[in-house]
This record gives sequence, C-alpha cells and structure tokens, in this order.
Amino acid sequence: MLQEKLYDYLLHLGDNSMILGQRLGELCGHGPELETDIALTNISLDLFGQVRNYFQAAAQIKGGDATEDSVAMQRYEHEYKNTYLVEQPNEDFAHVLVRQFFFDVYHQLMLNELMNSKNETLVAIAKKSIKEVNYHVDFSSTWVKRLGDGTEESHEKAQTAVNTLWRYSMELFKATETESWAAESGVGPDLNQLKSVYLERVSSILKEATLSLPEETVFQYGAKTGRHSENMGYILAEFQYMQRAYPNMKW
Amino acid sequence: MLGVSTKIEELLTSVSDPEIPVLSIMDFGIVRKVELVDNVYRIDITPTYSGCPAMDTIGDDIVTAFEKEDLKAKINLVLAPAWTTDWITERGRKALEDYGIAAPRAAEVDKAALLGEANTIKCTNCGSLNTKMVSRFGSTACKALFQCNDCHEPFDYFKCLK
Repeated sequence: MLQEKLYDYLLHLGDNSMILGQRLGELCGHGPELETDIALTNISLDLFGQVRNYFQAAAQIKGGDATEDSVAMQRYEHEYKNTYLVEQPNEDFAHVLVRQFFFDVYHQLMLNELMNSKNETLVAIAKKSIKEVNYHVDFSSTWVKRLGDGTEESHEKAQTAVNTLWRYSMELFKATETESWAAESGVGPDLNQLKSVYLERVSSILKEATLSLPEETVFQYGAKTGRHSENMGYILAEFQYMQRAYPNMKW
Repeated sequence: MLGVSTKIEELLTSVSDPEIPVLSIMDFGIVRKVELVDNVYRIDITPTYSGCPAMDTIGDDIVTAFEKEDLKAKINLVLAPAWTTDWITERGRKALEDYGIAAPRAAEVDKAALLGEANTIKCTNCGSLNTKMVSRFGSTACKALFQCNDCHEPFDYFKCLK
C-alpha cells in the first residue's frame, strides 16, 4: 500500500517534467535562433535525465519486468499525472517561455522542499536536480523580462501568453489524493503552502517584465487526475509511437 | 583518493569522458567509490548532469578497460552526494584549458559572467579577458558558449555547478 502510493507519487513528479521535456523536444531544430534552440533542448535533456531517476525508482517499486522505459511509455492517457500547463502547445516563442517560466518557478520550489523529504531517493534526486533547475529559472525569467520589456510586439505576445497560460498554473498546487498522502507522511511538501511564495515570485518577475496577471481567472483543474486536454493524445501519439509499433523495443 | 592500488587507479585514469576525450574520469571526479567484493570491482560513478548521455558509455568503457586486464567490474550509478565542478582536479582543469574549454570558475564569477555583468572568463586561445557569452547553453549540458572580443575565436566554458 505504502509502496503503491510512493509509486504514484513518483509518477506525479516525473510526468510533469517528461511531458514538458517532450514539448521542448518538438522545438529541436526549430528554435527562433541558435542560442534558444540549444537552450530549450538542453533544458529538455535535463528534464528527461531527472525523469529517468524518478522512473528508475518507480520501476524498482513495481518490480517484475518493469523498467524506466515501461513506466514512461506503456501507460494509457488517463494514467499520466502531469498538469494541463505542461501539455499546452508551443504556439509561439512567448508561449514556450511563459509556460517554462510558470513551471520552472514551481519546479524550483518543489525541489527545494523535496530535499527535506523523508524518502532518501527523493532527497538525492532533488539535490541533483535543483542545480539544473536553478539554471532553468534564470533562463526563463531572463527571457520573460526580455520579451515583456522588449518591443511593442514582443510585449503583446508575452502578455497574450500570460493571459492564456495563467489559468493552468494553480493546478500545480491543488493536491491530489496521492500528493496529500505525500504531505501527510513527510515524503513531499504541502502544495498549498507553496502557493503564496509562488505567487510572490511570479508577480515580481512579471512586474519587472512590465507584464501583469489577468484579473479574473477561471482556473482549470483535472489533468493530474487523468482528465487530460485534447493535446495529450497528440503528444502521446508521437511519444509512444515506437513502443506501440514495436512493443518492448530497445535501442 | 579512493584507496585503490596503482594498477586500478591507472585503469580508471585511462577511461575518459567521450565528449571531452582529454579529461580522465578520475580528474573529472565522477568515480566515487571502488570496492572489491568476490573478485568483482564495484565502482560507484555519479553523473555530472542528470541527463548526461555520456554516463552509459563511461560505464561500458570502464567495464571494457577492466576486461582487458582480465578483471571484472560492475558499475553502480549513485546520485548522492551530487557532483559539483569542485571535484574536477587541478590536472583536470589544466587538461580542459589546454583542450580549449575554459575551466569552471567560482559560483559568483560564473553568475556574473553568464549574466553578462563582468568579463571574467579567459579566452582559451589568446588569454584575453575581453570575452562575451554567446549562449548560456552549449554543445553539451555542462557547457556555455563564449567568444573572444580580441581574437574573435569562439570557445566553450565549462559551467560552474554547485
């Protein structure tokens, strides 16, 4: 029972990074300029590396034939626990960066807390990942400021992205049953308590970027419990293609 | 450092990072522990970055190097304590510089340089400090791309990771 919960929790942690990593991977060779192309794919690589650590631990719990790959690839759509935010399409560069920024700030807060987890594996993964994610936060915040406080056009595009994506941000902080279990047992943080720091950090960067959060927002919840948006089907169609065409294939 | 015989140390030193061939894994600081259990060398290595694709190759290279000497090695990937650029030895830093990759500096220097606030990263070609960052991310996860304003040569900078 306990192990089952932990398995689920590892999926919560890994799926967000994995689906965002997949979205960023779509940009490989399509970045607006060489620097950002390399940066976004490097961030994707960091995220996938971290996911491997979570899923290796998950596969160990599952036992049998389970591997990091089977955990990552061989699930149905409703079994993925990522949020709506990370499955949003790339649209334009502003959307990519604002999505990244909203996630990075959460990710950094989350890893900071996981470094105090009662679970040693999570502590080790968090201590390793935080160094990489600090760099991601720097990168995406710098770009949000650059776009927001840039030209009239870049400002408008960045503001549009903020308006579109903000509605998906609060799902990160709405605990599922598994996440509540994690908080109660000291394995993970109480998400609700992270919300105020998150809002503070996001608002302060947006202010510097001369951007603002939409005044009234109807927040969207549900992806974490398996009710994904239409986007998810397309992501998985590409992501799982090889495993569906050639089950259990390996490099 | 690891308390192993000269032979084992030499074997491990002969293995290098596939992406930075001049840098031995010993000077890289990624070999954390060596233990001999039932005639098998159990070797703990730690990744530089979580997503570093070189780790599998490095593990295979170690096993192959040991096999050549009729020794058995088993690789174990450990995450804690997390690797830091401080573990790169002096010899390793020099090898990096000679190879054309600027060695990592202290955290504060790194941040200032990456944010474009200070000229502190030395050109590996002409030694000038008049350099600029071209990209915070480079050809591999561990590097940023710089260019010298004097000799105009581009060069890699190994990012400080703490």
